[in-house]
Amino acid sequence: MQKIRNFKDKTARQVMLGIAIFSLLLLVIIGTSLFLKALPIMKEKNLWVLLTSSNWKPFKGDFGFYPFIISTLYVSLIAIIIALPLSILTSIYLYAYSSDSVKKVFEPVIDLLSGIPPVIYGVWGTLTIVPLIADKIAPHFVEFSSGYSVLAGGLVLAIMILPLLISILLEVFRSIPAEMTDASLSLGATKWQTVKKVVLRKSFTGIIAATVLSVSRAFGETIAILMVCGNIAVIPHSIFDACYPLPALIANNYGEMMSMPGYESALMLGAFLLFIIIVIFNGLSRVALNQIEKRYSF
Amino acid sequence: MIDTRKQEESFFRVLMIAAAVTIMAILIFILGTIVYRGFPALSIDMVTKLPGGGFYLGKEGGVLNAIAGSLYLIGGSLIIGIFLSVPPVMFINFYLRPGSVFAGVIRLSLDILFGVPSIVYGAFGFALMVYLGIKASLLGGIIAVSLLIMPIMMRSFDEVARLLPRDLPDALLSLGATRYEMTKVLIRQLMPGLVNAILLGIGRGIGDAATVLFTAGYTDNIPHALNQPAATLPLSIFFQLGSPVEEVQNRAYASALILTIIILLLSFGARYFSSKYSKHKI
Repeated sequence: MQKIRNFKDKTARQVMLGIAIFSLLLLVIIGTSLFLKALPIMKEKNLWVLLTSSNWKPFKGDFGFYPFIISTLYVSLIAIIIALPLSILTSIYLYAYSSDSVKKVFEPVIDLLSGIPPVIYGVWGTLTIVPLIADKIAPHFVEFSSGYSVLAGGLVLAIMILPLLISILLEVFRSIPAEMTDASLSLGATKWQTVKKVVLRKSFTGIIAATVLSVSRAFGETIAILMVCGNIAVIPHSIFDACYPLPALIANNYGEMMSMPGYESALMLGAFLLFIIIVIFNGLSRVALNQIEKRYSF
Repeated sequence: MIDTRKQEESFFRVLMIAAAVTIMAILIFILGTIVYRGFPALSIDMVTKLPGGGFYLGKEGGVLNAIAGSLYLIGGSLIIGIFLSVPPVMFINFYLRPGSVFAGVIRLSLDILFGVPSIVYGAFGFALMVYLGIKASLLGGIIAVSLLIMPIMMRSFDEVARLLPRDLPDALLSLGATRYEMTKVLIRQLMPGLVNAILLGIGRGIGDAATVLFTAGYTDNIPHALNQPAATLPLSIFFQLGSPVEEVQNRAYASALILTIIILLLSFGARYFSSKYSKHKI
């Protein structure tokens, strides 16, 4: 009996350890397999040329990623410019000002915003944001815009990264010891002065980490972006021009990629680039956030 | 001096309230738009009939193919997802000593995996399927989606497991239970957390389009075997929206409403569970 119990215990331990190691290795496995898939195109062409050329003609074997990389950067930049002030203001409000009942109302709002699938954001974007830009906003600045544009992508993305930003910012603010803010308040500082001089200053690293994390989330967003960005493989000249971010490129061409030599490999290179950048961004900001959490917990 | 301080204070307070209200308004605007466009197109046919004459051009029928496909897909993914996420969480929380470096490394890798975009999981799933010789099918979709939902399930389950008072495992061990017997008891204690993790996993898995685009394919029929392609709700929205036929577009709006309702139910379900069971925890 004792033997059976011990045997069960040992087996269970091995199985659990095995699965735990698998979850650890998954990152390596994904990275390696995408890299191997991308290897043929990198052997054929100089990686630097692939990244900086804006010549995208798969039929002729030209794979220049520059327009897609630029589009991804533009869209994410707009998203973070819109989302960051909104989410900092809101999370400070929830952290320092609001009553508990407001917090209770806001929790499901954040939950729902993060739960709504990307495709729903895409539908909403095509129904509201795109016509708004085409009819109301763009005519003031440029002669013509279809509405499917960098700005539309940035706006939709901004809303999609809001919940992540707010929840991480709240965590960062809450990790600041109450003694610090109390000291500031007891010296006669107003709430806002305390927020400005103590909370925001103390959580500077955390805000940077949260920003990096949300930017990397924006980099990888696919379906919503695919639906509102217009998908034209040129470098956008204004925020009212159509653009073609990297994830949209991968998603849009999966059907054709098997038919041409190098095409599949080129798209896999795109996926590998996304993966590597996002893993680095995520890794750095998560380590920073863990440090913050540790620093103040005694 | 006092005056400017007060003014600054109230200026920023107004700004903050405006930001918070804006965010709430956006959510209401999104849900409102989906209901407004989806509700008129919603009918009993939508959920009981297959698309007639092809999903792209056919004006008849509904999206039963996508609903069934999504359910099969998420069902399969959950089985693999639970198998992949529960044992490691139990291991890092109750087999390793608290503060273990290995546990920290696993948690970090989970956080990173959680940030990996679904299109990368899709591309990886596709590469894996090519390697294994599987065509776009229910099985391919299940593999990719279970990898996608594994990190989110593990993270949320881990958060609950971490908060479990250490007295309970200590009491079990002191009574002579092996660690394996201990985990069996603890699982019961952690059930609400597991349910919550499962609901979160369903929410992420059922709404994601980029993963299944490569791996599960699309079809007008309900899959009858693992090696057949499967339609999914997000893709049915995406494809039907691209159709030039108005009836098909309306079907996309109705599907969007169906998906939104599913997500709302899951979200409220998770909220209900965590509030109901948090009262009875030790």
